[in-house]
Amino acid sequence: MGMTMTQKILADHAGLSSVEAGQLIEARLDLVLGNDITTPVAINEFRRAGFEGVFDRDKIAIVLDHFVPNKDIKAAEQSKSCRDFACEHCVSHFYDVGKMGIEHALLPEQGVVTAGDCVIGADSHTCTYGALGAFSTGVGSTDMAAAMATGKAWFKVPSAIKFELTGKLPKNCSGKDVILSVIGEIGVDGALYKSMEFTGEGVSELSMDDRLCICNMAIEAGAKNGIFPVDDVTKAYINGRCEREYKVYEADADAEYERTVTVELDKITPTVACPHLPENTRPASELHDIKIDQVVIGSCTNGRMEDMETAYKILAGKKVADGVRCIIIPATMAILRECVERGYYTAFIDAGAVVSTPTCGPCLGGYMGILAAGERCIATTNRNFVGRMGHPKSEVYLASPATAAASALTGYITEPKEA
Amino acid sequence: MNTNGKAFKYGDNVDTDVIIPARYLNTSAASELAAHCMEDIDAEFVGKVKAGDVIVAGDNFGCGSSREHAPLAIKTCGVGCVIAKSFARIFYRNSINIGLPIVECAEAADSISAGDEVEVDFDTGVITDKTTGRQYKAQPFPPFIQNIIKKGGLLASIKEG
Repeated sequence: MGMTMTQKILADHAGLSSVEAGQLIEARLDLVLGNDITTPVAINEFRRAGFEGVFDRDKIAIVLDHFVPNKDIKAAEQSKSCRDFACEHCVSHFYDVGKMGIEHALLPEQGVVTAGDCVIGADSHTCTYGALGAFSTGVGSTDMAAAMATGKAWFKVPSAIKFELTGKLPKNCSGKDVILSVIGEIGVDGALYKSMEFTGEGVSELSMDDRLCICNMAIEAGAKNGIFPVDDVTKAYINGRCEREYKVYEADADAEYERTVTVELDKITPTVACPHLPENTRPASELHDIKIDQVVIGSCTNGRMEDMETAYKILAGKKVADGVRCIIIPATMAILRECVERGYYTAFIDAGAVVSTPTCGPCLGGYMGILAAGERCIATTNRNFVGRMGHPKSEVYLASPATAAASALTGYITEPKEA
Repeated sequence: MNTNGKAFKYGDNVDTDVIIPARYLNTSAASELAAHCMEDIDAEFVGKVKAGDVIVAGDNFGCGSSREHAPLAIKTCGVGCVIAKSFARIFYRNSINIGLPIVECAEAADSISAGDEVEVDFDTGVITDKTTGRQYKAQPFPPFIQNIIKKGGLLASIKEG
């Protein structure tokens, strides 16, 4: 029996010629990641276990992104503990204020992750790097601590669902509408413990930013990982970013999938996930009576350059509706800089929006845009759970940057026009 | 090994944001996290929970964020076991790694009512609802995971080799 793309990467990293779904393996890791919330817990565990050193200082990434610049004294202490640990162990990929970005936008951008890698991160959205053709999955802090010491992690080899992409997206849709539609169809546990393998002729029509967004939200369907094949788009993105050699893995022709879901990109429409689960999807066109108080455009899901460009095209020369706070958060310093260079920053301010330095901030209800009871936000983030962006009686509607920006101008959920 | 206590019952897709909201994640101190456990789904939980009590829930318990603070908060406030129809994978992994007992049993999750007195025997996987007298059998852990639990968590199992 053949192997899926994920199974091939796992087999190779476990030193095995083949693996099958359900098998328990120990795999060698190319990168171990943590952030300013999860790393302090891992450091505690690392020290308590009595580990003396890290397995490879070049294969650990610590990114301060959730609560930085520090939102309060406790957050400052957490950042400090990460900083001290990174310094003590000479961690190569340590990103502090001034060069940081939201981890899952930053690491691909900086070439820290690449095709064929096997990556774990103490952050659930670590599954993002599947867009580059890597196996990448979220774990907790204890797994991070163990992996920093040993360079290995145990996995149960996942079975897979194949998503066959056909056609081409309409102009007012993006990767976000694709993944929200998919989660709406299969549910928030529709891919529990499994791989989501995206394939088909439609793949070539998707940009790298679209693919990163799609894989980012694989966890919202319960998946262990999401993954795309490596094609010319991937290679064009990777080349010049990562100094390490990449490796291309392909699923076998006779690989076994639990099922195949066809995704007709032509038929995707601007999609919104209503409170309080990402699976509660509705067409944006049916939600025109939903009045909003806040718009957030950013996060590890949608804070990349194409997302900024989409927001700019819709907001430039217009005004954010009265009574709406529009918060735009470029995901990395490089993206922020590009927004300044291209004049987007000024256009956003002129439209009545505010622009923040990179942070996860409001996505998880940390800071920089917390909602009061009864308030509603349309956000390009990834979760709309109870209390996710603030008060337990507030509401988050998940959407694409185009839908969020269009909604900022009207004050109601608004379908973006075909540009 | 077993636990014995009252059942707190919740539905499907209990996410880690309601188990421990991110506004409290500026600390990793277990006692501070435990003080806000389940706050956004059940504000009375912390005031009521006693050592040995069990959480009973539906599918996909612990979905969302990878924060290990979630099982840590549950364990620290005294919960002896979480019984669910299914667990989100990172939560499942984290619970085993930190030594929070969790068991999958759809029948028990459906049948046990809030407030029932429940006993869970981890060696046999037998769940007893002492209020109704009914018994259920949970899925046993694979041997590999049993070994991690037996050795006292992931780090202890690694140190021991």
